[in-house]
Amino acid sequence: MTDDTLIIAGRAFTSRLIIGTGKYASYAQNAEAARAAGAEMVTVALRRVNLSNPDEDRLTDHVSPDEFTYLPNTAGCYTADEAVRTLRLAREAGGWDLVKLEVLADQKTLYPDMEATLEAAKALVADGFQVMVYCSDDPVYARKLEDAGCCAIMPLGSLIGSGLGIQNPLNIRLIVEQSRVPVIVDAGVGTASDAAVAMEIGCDGVLMNTAIAEAQDPIRMARAMKHAVIAGREAYLAGRMSKKRYADPSSPLAGLI
Amino acid sequence: MQVQLNGEPFELADGASVADLVSALGGDPRGIAIERNLEIIPKSQHGKVMLEEGDRLEVVQFVGGG
Repeated sequence: MTDDTLIIAGRAFTSRLIIGTGKYASYAQNAEAARAAGAEMVTVALRRVNLSNPDEDRLTDHVSPDEFTYLPNTAGCYTADEAVRTLRLAREAGGWDLVKLEVLADQKTLYPDMEATLEAAKALVADGFQVMVYCSDDPVYARKLEDAGCCAIMPLGSLIGSGLGIQNPLNIRLIVEQSRVPVIVDAGVGTASDAAVAMEIGCDGVLMNTAIAEAQDPIRMARAMKHAVIAGREAYLAGRMSKKRYADPSSPLAGLI
Repeated sequence: MQVQLNGEPFELADGASVADLVSALGGDPRGIAIERNLEIIPKSQHGKVMLEEGDRLEVVQFVGGG
């Protein structure tokens, strides 16, 4: 493989697979999955410290910020103000300014509220954050988010946690073609072929959580996703053959007996 | 005095600072952030900011999430 580095906001990554840290049976399993996936970046959430059980297992003890780049998210935020508040706290807690912004519209679909997302993105960029933004697969809003200064555009393949794969590859491709910052499919991947499809379209990376965490064997699925992302990326870079309507023999026609 | 900590009543000595609160919670300020009445108190200010009766405090940390 040739040198193929993913650059996000000036930071270099070898792996193009970003994984979440939710829904795992334990943080220990989570850490094993992250290593099996070859991930260098993990999304994390910010929540109240559990005052009733201060000795409970901590994420940072297993999935260490020394080993993985933390990408604090705003999961659970339904307004721009909540999202900005959450990420300012995340910056104070960890000192990192590279963040994942998501502003959700409703609990049934967890679909991004794009108007509120754009509002929050502008506020965060003005406050010095490097914003990777979860968004719909609308190329117009994707462009507005990039123009607002977001450092990565992260359209959904399908709904968060649905495992329904890339439902609108045409829109994802439009976003890939127009974007000057990395495009990362965030949400919807269910199995390895979905990740490969995202990469074959030309996406710069894939972010997933449930597909690995809720697999029967999360560690094995993490490994599968690692291979899928590499395979899809290599296929994209290699340039696929053109599609034809009829057969084209692979063996020479000359010299037939 | 009583403050609201993560939405629950919490007793602290009168004149306690944010640093005293951190001590009461185990003493390790790494990986947490503290908000007092919607204003973030940076770690460098923990010893200087005094808490007051009725303060609404949020103490947050990183947990698993997608």
